[in-house]
Amino acid sequence: MRSYLPDFDLQVPDSLGEALALLTQELGQYRPFAGGTDLMVLLNAGLLPAARFLDLSRCQELRGIQETSTHLSFGALTTFTEVRDCKAVHQHFPNLVKSARLTGALAIQNRGTLGGNIANASPAADTPPSLLAYGTEVELISLRGTRRVAYEAFHQGYKKMDLAPDELLQRIIIPKPLGRTFHFYRKVGTRQAQAISKICLAACARIENGTVAEFRIGLGSVAPVPARARNAEAVILGKPLEALPIEEAQLALLADISPIDDIRSSAHYRRVVSQKVLGQMLRELSQSSF
Amino acid sequence: MADLALTLNVNGKSHTVRVHPLARLLDILREELKLTGTKEGCGEGECGACSILMNGQVVNSCLIPAAQAQGAEIITVEGLAEGEKLSPLQAAFLTHNAAQCGFCTPGMLIAAQDLLNRCPNPDENQVRDGLSGNLCRCTGYVKILDAVKVAAQEGSSR
Ligand SMILES: Cc1cc2nc3c(=O)[nH]c(=O)nc-3n(C[C@H](O)[C@H](O)[C@H](O)COP(=O)(O)OP(=O)(O)OC[C@H]3O[C@@H](n4cnc5c(N)ncnc54)[C@H](O)[C@@H]3O)c2cc1C
Ligand code: FES
Ligand code: FES
Repeated sequence: MRSYLPDFDLQVPDSLGEALALLTQELGQYRPFAGGTDLMVLLNAGLLPAARFLDLSRCQELRGIQETSTHLSFGALTTFTEVRDCKAVHQHFPNLVKSARLTGALAIQNRGTLGGNIANASPAADTPPSLLAYGTEVELISLRGTRRVAYEAFHQGYKKMDLAPDELLQRIIIPKPLGRTFHFYRKVGTRQAQAISKICLAACARIENGTVAEFRIGLGSVAPVPARARNAEAVILGKPLEALPIEEAQLALLADISPIDDIRSSAHYRRVVSQKVLGQMLRELSQSSF
Repeated sequence: MADLALTLNVNGKSHTVRVHPLARLLDILREELKLTGTKEGCGEGECGACSILMNGQVVNSCLIPAAQAQGAEIITVEGLAEGEKLSPLQAAFLTHNAAQCGFCTPGMLIAAQDLLNRCPNPDENQVRDGLSGNLCRCTGYVKILDAVKVAAQEGSSR
């Protein structure tokens, strides 16, 4: 049943400063509201307890993609469509473009934000694996100041984040990969559009003298949080492209994941398919010409 | 909690309504402004029956709270025709039998119009991508895709 609206409130502060002041004055009373593509679904379905929301859409500081010589920095309100349309993202972070393109469908991509995708803290979200593969940092802001956290440390448990009640996610900062790099992204869902991932894998490798010099794999839907595949990465790191121990990495992957049975898939399917997608990625990596 | 005085421009006409800031734009269009062309299928962003153009972008009106539509320019399916004259896209839907029960049609037309506005000569994949947020339980999609492609060839961007 739909929520009873008089139980709810939505404030629209005119600036980031005003938003942070409200969060601080009434600690724990407000929930940030960005594109609303997660929150409105819950509200329409009557699945939210009475709540007060803080609409962020007038906080200009949370918008825009900025480029420096070493990084791209995305305001938390950057939409999937803005990600898809940004040339610098295509150039440096092709996996992120693919994540954005495979999130929902166009109408969702026009409203849904990167910050919302992160802070909704779903283990099945589609940009987190790409963000993990690229060594992302997130910048948090409150009246106390700003701080940066490595994105891989941001999710602390199912729906638990390193985010205080007076803080907002301000920016998502990604270093441009240097040298010769290999990028891979694959989402496995029931169909191409509007499907939540059964599993999702993103990887980025830097190749030096024919060997894997740097390597990160991000996984979705196979653990309580978006997760790095550190065991599988360790097997591959330092190995020459022509002799990647693919089967060994597939075995090691089992120690990186803890999938469950749910309405979208089974733990067994997720284990088998993660290993297969890892294999596909590593074969592409071994065949890549540098 | 205080209502919001929401001012919208819908299909070229300005309206002000008093609504809850979390009221769905879909309900405002249908119930306050009596523009019932926009449909509700799922109420959760999946089906696209409630698609409208907001500030030139296709969005699901079931997911837009009133407060985020303040000052917006909205085009609904009622805004596509000029008086009695169907838009080229609507005419193509008619000739190609792209509607059966018609429930998805307003959303399909809006999503297709958005596509043609952005991309006047879409290829097959672009048409599929543009309509991928719109479900149709009747037609099997083929005739809808045909209609959009024909409208594109005839030059249907606005
Ligand atoms: C039909 C449909 C299909 C979808 N498909 C996909 C999909 O394929 N892949 C996918 O990953 N997701 C999908 N989603 C989920 C959703 O679109 C994304 O998670 C989106 O990124 C959420 O962003 P938002 O701005 O709309 O978030 P909101 O709904 O506004 O907020 C989500 C959460 O994040 C918090 N939040 C938002 N911004 C901030 C901030 N700056 N600081 C602190 N907290 C913040 C909010 O308090 C809330 O808890 C889908 C949703 C729908 C309705
Ligand atoms: S009613 Fe809005 S997407 Fe289905
Ligand atoms: S014509 Fe009936 S749902 Fe599309």
